[in-house]
Amino acid sequence: MTVNGQEVTADVEPRTLLVHFLRENLRLTGTHVGCETGYCGACTIHVDGQPVKSCTMLAAQADGASVTTIEGLAQNGELHPVQEGFWERHGLQCGFCTPGMIMSAAALLAENDNPSEDQIRHGIEGNLCRCTGYHNIVRAVEYAGAKVRGEEPPAPDWEGAS
Amino acid sequence: MATTSVMGGAVKRREDPALIKGYGSFVDDMTPTRVAHVAFLRSPIARAKITKLDTSAAKETEGVVAVYTHDDVSHLGPLLAQVPIGKLRPLLADGEVNHVGEAIAMVVAENRYAAQDAVDAIDVDYDVMTPVIDLKKAKSDEIKVHDELESNVLHTWTYHGYWDALGLEDQTAEVDAAMERDDAVVVSLEMTNQRLIPVAIEPRSVIADWNPGYGSFTIHSSTQVPHALGGAVSKMFGLKSTDVRVIAPEVGGGFGCKLNVYNDEILVAFASQALGRPVKWTETRREAAGATIHGRGWIGTATLVGTKDGEFLGYKLEAIADMGAYTQNFTVAIPLLGLWIASGQYKMPVSWTVDCVVTNTMTTDAYRGAGRPEAIYYLERVIDAYAREIGMDPLDVRVKNFWQPDEFPATMGCGFALDSGDYEGAVEKLKAEAGYEDLLQKREEARAEGRHVGIGIGSYVEVCGFGPAVLAEIGFSWANYGLPASFNGSGIVRVNPDATVTVVIGTGPTGQGHQTTWAQIVGDGLGIPVEDIKVLHGDTREHPMGIGTFGSRSLSVDGAATFEATKKVREKAARIAAHILEASADDIVFEDGGAHVAGSPDKRAEWAQIAKAAYQAHTSPEDLDSGLEAHTTFSPGNATWPFGTHLALVEVDSDTGDVKILDYYAVDDCGNVVSPMIVNGQVHGGIAQGIGQALFEDAVYDEAGNMLTGSLLDYPLPTAADLPSLHLSHTVTPTDVNPMGVKGIGEAGTIGSAHTIVNAVVDALSPLGVKHIDMPLRPKRVWAAIQEASN
Ligand code: FES
Ligand code: FES
Repeated sequence: MTVNGQEVTADVEPRTLLVHFLRENLRLTGTHVGCETGYCGACTIHVDGQPVKSCTMLAAQADGASVTTIEGLAQNGELHPVQEGFWERHGLQCGFCTPGMIMSAAALLAENDNPSEDQIRHGIEGNLCRCTGYHNIVRAVEYAGAKVRGEEPPAPDWEGAS
Repeated sequence: MATTSVMGGAVKRREDPALIKGYGSFVDDMTPTRVAHVAFLRSPIARAKITKLDTSAAKETEGVVAVYTHDDVSHLGPLLAQVPIGKLRPLLADGEVNHVGEAIAMVVAENRYAAQDAVDAIDVDYDVMTPVIDLKKAKSDEIKVHDELESNVLHTWTYHGYWDALGLEDQTAEVDAAMERDDAVVVSLEMTNQRLIPVAIEPRSVIADWNPGYGSFTIHSSTQVPHALGGAVSKMFGLKSTDVRVIAPEVGGGFGCKLNVYNDEILVAFASQALGRPVKWTETRREAAGATIHGRGWIGTATLVGTKDGEFLGYKLEAIADMGAYTQNFTVAIPLLGLWIASGQYKMPVSWTVDCVVTNTMTTDAYRGAGRPEAIYYLERVIDAYAREIGMDPLDVRVKNFWQPDEFPATMGCGFALDSGDYEGAVEKLKAEAGYEDLLQKREEARAEGRHVGIGIGSYVEVCGFGPAVLAEIGFSWANYGLPASFNGSGIVRVNPDATVTVVIGTGPTGQGHQTTWAQIVGDGLGIPVEDIKVLHGDTREHPMGIGTFGSRSLSVDGAATFEATKKVREKAARIAAHILEASADDIVFEDGGAHVAGSPDKRAEWAQIAKAAYQAHTSPEDLDSGLEAHTTFSPGNATWPFGTHLALVEVDSDTGDVKILDYYAVDDCGNVVSPMIVNGQVHGGIAQGIGQALFEDAVYDEAGNMLTGSLLDYPLPTAADLPSLHLSHTVTPTDVNPMGVKGIGEAGTIGSAHTIVNAVVDALSPLGVKHIDMPLRPKRVWAAIQEASN
């Protein structure tokens, strides 16, 4: 398979999950494991451009696929607009759900660069965050959407923000 | 947005770049060479004698390194607890199990799959006994959970005893007398404040690495309290504190569930020492649900007595709180935190009794709010019922009974004094922000259309910022982990020779952004850009003392210490600058990244010059020690008492019982604010957890003690689609408990929100006759309540 643009080959035990292959064989530990059962979304990556919970897939099933993880999202040292949005709008606290959340949000914006708040909320509902209450995650995605569209992002909503 | 240091400014977080790029380092991301992996055999049964435990087949499994049971570790004793009332947890089950999920055996293997295979190969037989799950049954002592304890009731927190110790009078008689008055309106509600699973999204994880050559441990753990863990390991293994280094790197959320020293941490350390190699364990989600502490778990009756025109005459709470099977860190002390705020923001006598009972379930301990959400829930729910009973607006009734701004510090029945407050000010702001009058109008219009729309009000005051040294006497310290300190704050501020700054603090974040907030505090005090300030935390080697992040204490206690240390560094820097500029230190002013003589901006020394001079004997004043550093500890004289009032607008679908939150407004007052961005983030997350309790979450054991909610499918957390955007605003009433005037905001959102939602739903359904529904208000339960009320 290709991971973040690089060709990788390996022999793995058939029961190896894709997320474990990424974390343990390739040492790409930005993809997190929160539940291993498909509910939390912390392990979300892109497989052939589509968001996938990598704990629900075996490494062997990704044979020949093109995989992007959080480490591969920034291009040429430039943050992806969603990453930038998370930083600008305090879209993360502990940061554990963040890589998966960013990957889901990036996939959402790739489909629709001008989602409504409702569409954003439903677009990331497979990703659980226990810290932020999602409020600022939604603001971060709105920020990123504006950036992608080449518009001025809405101002932050905390007091004293300019 | 400001990018340099401004107190009160929204500085972009210093910790974010690594986390958004996928380079944050959490414990499970680390894989030391030669690491072995642990899996536990855990009890599938709530209460049983173990009649057979045969590990011989497991030991023969491929890839297994060792299998340990109770006898192998019994010399270490049970797990230490800070408030050791009750039965302490055996590290591994000692011939009996007392809750589902209790660890019976530990397997160490070359990889995690092999460890799990070996666990499956352990042969164990149980003689099943009847478990105690129901709280009333537990209290009755019909069946005792632990033979060696006198009663299932470990302790009763009450007005008596506790108050007497402070020389105060029992207010129970006053409350009882009020109930007898002719004009008394007495309203009671029996309510459950259900057990919750904290669910940090990062599972707990620990790596212990014993170096047989050095005779020392390095332990990485996803903990909120690295110093407590270090102390416990030192004490249990008989080591000096200098031979135990504990590091809490990035920690993926805590909410109290990582504010415990756990048996698994001790066991992993034991295995590493026994095997002379690094050993690692990461909990599975199922283990996180059944073997990491739970929170809440109260049943009880709240009674409010007042006059017909809304004057409160007294409040009584009688409750039972579930402690689970074994006592861990603070277990029995948690309800006490609720007792301190039992009377909320109101001036009235209180009578309060909470029995802490043992059951065959996982231990309960501090979950975000810890005792305070429970106490406020009971109080604020019954206030709402009372307001409805006498036909008064729920905001008016609250305002009528608030402590007034000129009454602070206000000594409550519990003996503590509320530091400062303007409770009505917050309500006024809330009314304005939410457009209260319009909302009332809207509700009436909706009702006229047959819709079930409700407005819920919820006020709260909380107690945080632990803490005052006197509390060490009742267990609020790390003394049982062998550490001498009461809950002081501490901060080390060091200007390095290149004028960068290293700040070391005795508390570390689990998402609260300490690296940013502390950089703001220090940057503001020194006039050095936040980009040049590095904040270190969570490493027992870097800092000799540390308490940890919990009880919304970091900023008001450790932040205050750092603030003071910064002042000392600035004073010393002024003397060095005065020496360079041949002026008097009193005339030195710091501005724009350097110092100058007051009135002569040209007579200027840059920080780079001052810092360099500090580290060279020949360039610093003769009578000054070299270096540019200060270490300050801070012991607050009182806790801090943040407060606020929230409002929720909800609509209930009476056909399905579905609750929709249409809008949510909150006004919180945490005193002065360092970062409004981070404060809002804390409130957002806190409210989401309160809404989670109100609408979704419920940790359920069935009668046989089986854990029915062990996965995220059975234990639904709120998703983005379940929650609305939140309208937050603040009032600012500084405290004089610490020099920054800050109060703490980590738990406020949670303490303020669950009852706000339930009050709103009951308001929506009150025209149908619904008076109360126990949380979580899932559709089925709401629908049933509607049916019951309409029949
Ligand atoms: S780890 Fe894959 S969804 Fe939770
Ligand atoms: S930022 Fe902590 S779980 Fe989302």
